Amino acid sequence: MMHFLLLLSRQGKLRLQKWFTPVTEREKKKVIREMTLMVLACPPRSCNFLLWRDLKIVYKRYASLYFCCGLGDQDNELLTLEVLQRYVELLDQYFGNVCELDIIFNFEKAYFILDEFLVGGEILETSKTVVGIAMEEAETLQETMEEYMSKPTY
Amino acid sequence: MSPSVRLQEMIRVIRGARTQGEERGVIQRECAAIRAQFRQADNGTRSHNLAKLLYVHMLGYPAHFGQMECVRLIASPRYNEKRVGYLGAMMLLDEKQDASLLITNSIKNDLSHSSQYVQSLALCTLACMGSAEMCRDLAPEIDRLLRASNSYIKKKAALCAVHMVRKVPELGELFTPAARSLLSEKNHGVLHGAVVLITELCERNPDTLEQFRKAVPELVLMMKGLVMSGYSPEHNVAGISDPFLQVRILRLLRILGRNNDTASDAMNDLLAQVATNTDSSKTAGSAVLYETVLTVMDIKSESGLRVLAVNILGRFLLNNDRNIRYISMTSLQKIVQTDHNAVQRHRGTIVDCLKDQDASVKRRALELSLALVSAVNIRSLMKELLLFLSSCPPELRAHTTSGIFNAAERYAPSQRWHIDTILHVLTTAGGDVRDETVPNLIQLITTATELHCYTVHKLYRALITDISVQSLVQVACWCIGEYGDLLLRGECEETEPVQVTEDDVLDALETVLQSHMSSPATRGFALTATMKLSTRITHNVDRIRSIVSIYGSCIDVELQQRAVEYNALFKKYDHMRAAVLERMPVIDKSSPGHTNGESAGGTIKELEPAKLTQEIVLPQEPSNQVSEENDCSKLWYFMTDIFLFVSIAPPSVTVYEKNGVTLKLQTDRQTDTGMTVTLTATNSTDGDITGLTLQAAVPKSVQLQMKAPSGDVIPAHGLGQVTQTVLLNNPNKVGLHSDTVQIDSFPSTAW
Repeated sequence: MMHFLLLLSRQGKLRLQKWFTPVTEREKKKVIREMTLMVLACPPRSCNFLLWRDLKIVYKRYASLYFCCGLGDQDNELLTLEVLQRYVELLDQYFGNVCELDIIFNFEKAYFILDEFLVGGEILETSKTVVGIAMEEAETLQETMEEYMSKPTY
Repeated sequence: MSPSVRLQEMIRVIRGARTQGEERGVIQRECAAIRAQFRQADNGTRSHNLAKLLYVHMLGYPAHFGQMECVRLIASPRYNEKRVGYLGAMMLLDEKQDASLLITNSIKNDLSHSSQYVQSLALCTLACMGSAEMCRDLAPEIDRLLRASNSYIKKKAALCAVHMVRKVPELGELFTPAARSLLSEKNHGVLHGAVVLITELCERNPDTLEQFRKAVPELVLMMKGLVMSGYSPEHNVAGISDPFLQVRILRLLRILGRNNDTASDAMNDLLAQVATNTDSSKTAGSAVLYETVLTVMDIKSESGLRVLAVNILGRFLLNNDRNIRYISMTSLQKIVQTDHNAVQRHRGTIVDCLKDQDASVKRRALELSLALVSAVNIRSLMKELLLFLSSCPPELRAHTTSGIFNAAERYAPSQRWHIDTILHVLTTAGGDVRDETVPNLIQLITTATELHCYTVHKLYRALITDISVQSLVQVACWCIGEYGDLLLRGECEETEPVQVTEDDVLDALETVLQSHMSSPATRGFALTATMKLSTRITHNVDRIRSIVSIYGSCIDVELQQRAVEYNALFKKYDHMRAAVLERMPVIDKSSPGHTNGESAGGTIKELEPAKLTQEIVLPQEPSNQVSEENDCSKLWYFMTDIFLFVSIAPPSVTVYEKNGVTLKLQTDRQTDTGMTVTLTATNSTDGDITGLTLQAAVPKSVQLQMKAPSGDVIPAHGLGQVTQTVLLNNPNKVGLHSDTVQIDSFPSTAW
């Protein structure tokens, strides 16, 4: 199973963090710091797999963001590269030509999309279209609520 | 103004802050506003305030005051508030927080909500941070959802069940029947969840594993369907149909087929089909092939299939993509023990990967190369490894050196090759070798008796070039001390001899002694070596004497002690000096004294066993106690801090010879930890010696028992002798103090 998924900017700022195991706040900060150092130091075109503590780290750079996740020892590293690719495609599908700013200003949407794709460290849905439909319908439900809330009461 | 714009406005303001201090100020103001809003009654902006707080939390600021707000929002009937509330719960609460228990009831209610999106929120949160208690509480709900709901909920319930089984393994029994029936679903999401759940159940419970073995044919069919199916736009990734599901099925098959012939047979054809038909030009295909190879190697597959798998790995090894090469080497590492010959065929490519730029690839290539060393390829492979060592990244150096030493020890084709290899490593990376390298090398050198001249020449040349590598300098000093006479002789068969004078050699040793680069241990080696040379050179003994006396007032206590003792050897016990500083015998590798050096770090005490020189400490005897007269003498014989050295042939050694009185020590072995020492005193003077008493002192770990002497009068003219037996009990054979070694150096038969 995946232990965590982090999105780091090129300047080392955290853009998204998802933890699939219980970790204390202090430990989280430590892991983030170490991942930032490790991943940002890798030269371009180097191997995307690293070893850290007892986890396998798979990272991939997309434009200005580093997607970094920690795997257990039974997990398939090559498949995880595909998982990261799929998540980027889902973000792209939702935002349309996604860039880092989209993820900064709409971070909660990025989390919602992630929750339709990965749950408990495992892949939930392998079809892009199904995830897209789920997001749309949830949005509709939310908008209906908001419209209702913002309508004047008369 | 729509509330969500306020969130984005806040983000914009925070990003606009030019300094860390400014940012902190903005955030403090915002947090204060948020806290105020939380205290107010429901005003429709709660979800946005919580979202703002979550953003602030992601920047690293404390946000624990939002925990109760999460609980409140989760309980709200509005979907948008629930959504943010659950997100907040996943980010701010974990099972260690007390507040997490408060949401259990909300989750329970939401699991039976009419809207599937609300249900999914609850399921997702439970699967993310559900504690063991919550899991036990809600397991029956999850079981119900696994059976009777739509596929959107079923797949989420499956992964929720996976989380529960991980937290509370006993719940596995509850979910097993539902898991079984999920395999007949058509929806890929549900199937994937089912396969993950079954994998988890089988890994934890061998009975469940037995049960699910019956499902192998079903899984095989499922997999076949995926591999052979035509293009399916919904699940296609680079020409592979749903690689995520394929990989999970292969992983489950691996677990089911392990150690089981029937199950392995049933999947043989399928695995061959996948291995042959999968297109590996893109990562997705390679991922599936990788998992296939892992499965083939782990189950009881037939040999043809294994060969196919190893060939796939060999193909991966030649791939341009670094990731694929890395994966290939990882897998080859797993099978190098069982399929050694197959992996050997790819040795050339693996060794080439040592030269790759990437650190991860280098590390894998190193591990694999070390595993491939054999008696046949040792020479060529070692050349490559030594080349690698000269350019390898610092974090790999220690591992490389120890790997090289292990390989050299096991497969060295000749002693000279072995010594050359170790010296090469010390010159290249002497700072990264383990501490026991020095005693190991010294032991090796003593055994290679024909190579002493060659070795001392090589080490002398290395020493005058560079004295910064401590391990090399220590060995060089030891060799020069021991075999300095060979060096000075100026002739050597194996290598070009050096023409050095005694002064040159002493200069070299003194440089080491005085250099601030030398560690205390190294200086100890140099001092002892200088001392040993006093019996091997002819002209400059005075120079040695003066060096030794200077160090008698050295600040370093160890050096000072040595210098004082050597001084004593020069002054009072000059007659013993030659015997004490004589050539050492071959050190037996299995002796405890040898292993003593391997036990802990490289301080002087632990390294001393390798030296095994005879150093008898005879304290300054008060002059009134030692008289020139024959009728009363007392000998104080301290055994602390000695390395007593006895050559193999004669089992007795003369330890005192003065004024006609000779004291001999003879050893007999008795038990594993005890021994008998017989002290024999003879008198070659004209008069009888009366009133003879012998005393001995030993360190705390050794117990001493002195039997009564045969008499206290030694007759004159060597006509008789007095014997006294001493029983030594040394229960702690391996100890930190050198005293232990002293017992060891008695004839090998004695211990």
